[in-house]
Amino acid sequence: MEENQAHQDLASIRNLMERSSKFLSLSGLSGVLAGIYALVGAALAYRIIYNESMIYQSRQYYSLQLNHPQELIELMVIAVVVLGASLLTGFILSLRKARRTGQKFWGASSKALVFNMAIPLLTGGAMMLIFLLRGYFGIIAPASLIFYGLALVAAGNYTLKGVQYLGINEIVLGLVAALLPGYGLLFWAIGFGVLHIIYGSVMYFKYDK
Amino acid sequence: MSIPFDKLDKAFENRVRLQIMSILVVNDRYDFNSLKELLGVTDGNLASHLKGLEKEEYILVNKSFLGRKPNTNYEATPKGKQAFKAHLDALEALIKHQKSN
Repeated sequence: MEENQAHQDLASIRNLMERSSKFLSLSGLSGVLAGIYALVGAALAYRIIYNESMIYQSRQYYSLQLNHPQELIELMVIAVVVLGASLLTGFILSLRKARRTGQKFWGASSKALVFNMAIPLLTGGAMMLIFLLRGYFGIIAPASLIFYGLALVAAGNYTLKGVQYLGINEIVLGLVAALLPGYGLLFWAIGFGVLHIIYGSVMYFKYDK
Repeated sequence: MSIPFDKLDKAFENRVRLQIMSILVVNDRYDFNSLKELLGVTDGNLASHLKGLEKEEYILVNKSFLGRKPNTNYEATPKGKQAFKAHLDALEALIKHQKSN
């Protein structure tokens, strides 16, 4: 056996170990766009909560109550639109990247990725809904950051490693947000907006180019 | 210094077998079609190499049905994982040996 052949064998082993177990087509650009949607959403939410009609003049998180159902519905619509637009963008851009790089889009690795993210996300979503119905609005920002972070840490095993670091940052941010009630929207904008833009650009320049 | 050629596993002489094994050591299970797609080989070629690895008891075959479609999964045995690791060590030794000459 030639030295060259040994080198080639090792290179092909390393490549297959990585490609077979990880979904590498995740688009960094979609992270940047999701961050921008989140910032726009947070700005709209800010107007509803603090400016429009001056209902919640004081920056007290418990002032948002069910006796203002109109605002509550508007906030939920914003959240759902931001989430939907982000998921759709991620789906389309990753599909495009998978086609370009010749990786299978819906294979063993992307299935594992979705399954492992779904557990913390569905758990967190259900828990937030329960608390929301019981009137604990303050839990939304920290809980959404923490459960999203946990989902990213789980996802990191099946995709680009950078996702895991983003997840850890989201968890830390969520815990800090839990310590500082009243600033939920600010932390939410940092976590879902600013961090997404930073990590998305890093991943874009590192892997998409 | 003895030349470490003899430590290389004959079962992994073929590139495709080595590639199958590298996929199965990092994934608990992998199905036939995904293997085929990832390796870019023909059905017959892949099947014969899988059979070879099965004969060495390096992999296990699990046949099941997804609805009505047959689905064949493969997983590495402890013996296979050990053989793969030994083969990698031998490759590494070989490269080191040749560099020192």
